[in-house]
Amino acid sequence: MRRLWPALLPLGFLALWTAAVHQHWVTEGIIPSPLQVAQSWHRWIFGTPVKSLSPYSGTWLAAVLYSSRRVLQGFLLAAAVGIPLGLFVGWNRLVARLVDPSIQLLRPVPITAWLPFAIAVFGIYDASALFLIGLGAFYPIVVNTTHGVRDTNLLLLRAARMMGAGETTILTKVVFRSALPSIFTGLRLGIGIAWTAVIVAEMIAVKSGLGYVLWDAYYVGRMDICVATMFSVGLLGFLSDRALQLLARVVLKWRTLEAHA
Amino acid sequence: MSDRPVVELADVSKTFETSGRRVEALHRVSVAVARNEFAALLGPSGCGKSTLLNMVAGFEAPSGGDVLFDGEPVRAPDPRRAVVFQEPALFPWYTVLDNITFGLRTRGVPAASYRARVEAFIEQVGLRGFESHYPAELSGGMKQRVGIARVLVMEPDVLLMDEPFGSLDAQTRSVMQELLLSVWERHHQTVLFVTHDIEEALLLADSVSVMTARPGRIKKRLEVGLPRPRSLEVTTSPAFNALKREVLALIREESMKAAVEGGTSVR
Repeated sequence: MRRLWPALLPLGFLALWTAAVHQHWVTEGIIPSPLQVAQSWHRWIFGTPVKSLSPYSGTWLAAVLYSSRRVLQGFLLAAAVGIPLGLFVGWNRLVARLVDPSIQLLRPVPITAWLPFAIAVFGIYDASALFLIGLGAFYPIVVNTTHGVRDTNLLLLRAARMMGAGETTILTKVVFRSALPSIFTGLRLGIGIAWTAVIVAEMIAVKSGLGYVLWDAYYVGRMDICVATMFSVGLLGFLSDRALQLLARVVLKWRTLEAHA
Repeated sequence: MSDRPVVELADVSKTFETSGRRVEALHRVSVAVARNEFAALLGPSGCGKSTLLNMVAGFEAPSGGDVLFDGEPVRAPDPRRAVVFQEPALFPWYTVLDNITFGLRTRGVPAASYRARVEAFIEQVGLRGFESHYPAELSGGMKQRVGIARVLVMEPDVLLMDEPFGSLDAQTRSVMQELLLSVWERHHQTVLFVTHDIEEALLLADSVSVMTARPGRIKKRLEVGLPRPRSLEVTTSPAFNALKREVLALIREESMKAAVEGGTSVR
């Protein structure tokens, strides 16, 4: 019974949704019923038995792969820049004074506001999307890495120094390791923003992927596909977050031990 | 080998500046630790004894005077001056073995050359079987054994110990004191040991320097002539009690003075 507890709200929501469509509480033809969405989604994924000219027949996986690849590339780019930069900003006061104000000044600019700029500079290509995704994911990664570094226990730094560790060893073997939990927090926030950014980018800046399908389906009045896309993105975001959590559990094994101590 | 002290503090003062107020933590302290001597610094909390140790370690710089190691001024931390902290300060992401070999690995010592020595120290401090455990899985006493083992394997010239057993329960503390005595009997390391525990200082050390509080000064240096090897039983001997009485008298004298200066009436 307890295992069913978390399913209660979603099931209630589905029931309410079905009722709203069938009882005509919502304008007919605009909001599809859950069953319609499920059928369209199924056709979108597996196609129809007979060959169909519909752009939503059997093309789901291709759209998912386009979007996933962009998210992964942009996210890795953000991590590759954000983690080392965060380490240096957190560790070195001079680097912090040089870089930190610029980061804090640019951070409040929403990535959606960067769209026209990205298209003007990179054109309607993948580069625009990667720029937006990378930039969006970069901020939480760099900020959390910086915090993690600054939280390093002074005693551990002294211990490393008295055992003869130089700056490089301290940075890689002590500071980085100590900041890892915080870095993972940044990565999880970053991948969430990456999924937001990819949808926005694909709606406007490129002509493929889930975001493109979402906008296109809206234009041709296929709300069933729109809703199926929303669920798809939600699912992918959830799975990528889970993957990061799993990775963290392996890398931060010592921390789970600490929690049980 | 020269007779020059391994560690020498000459007229060392330390002043801290906190929110515009100057606080003198140490006032013209002079201490010398000879080779193979186990020297204890005994004083109440706030007497600046940890500050003094931090200066010998190279973590802090003196405001005045000289801190010398092997005749050279101390400028930075150095593996020849190893520290055992009050908190074990282990790396939680490393296993016991990796914590113990951190110093050796850091300096690029080939594993083949230290494996036997590491094994021996693990045995001596009673960590056999715990090599692949993480610090989080260890008790306070076991953590501190790792803290001791990781500096012993580096074979430092002097061991700086900052109330290493201060946060342990009484029973574990006794076990650790005996452990330290047995390790010291084997290797006769030069040790500078900071504590506020009179019995601990007398049990372990060759000399006890009694410190006063704020600003910290050395009130008197006592030679502990108790025969070695020692065990916990020595704390019940008449000679031990005589020394303890002497230290207590010194401390009482000092707290009286502090009370008078603080404006409290003393009968």
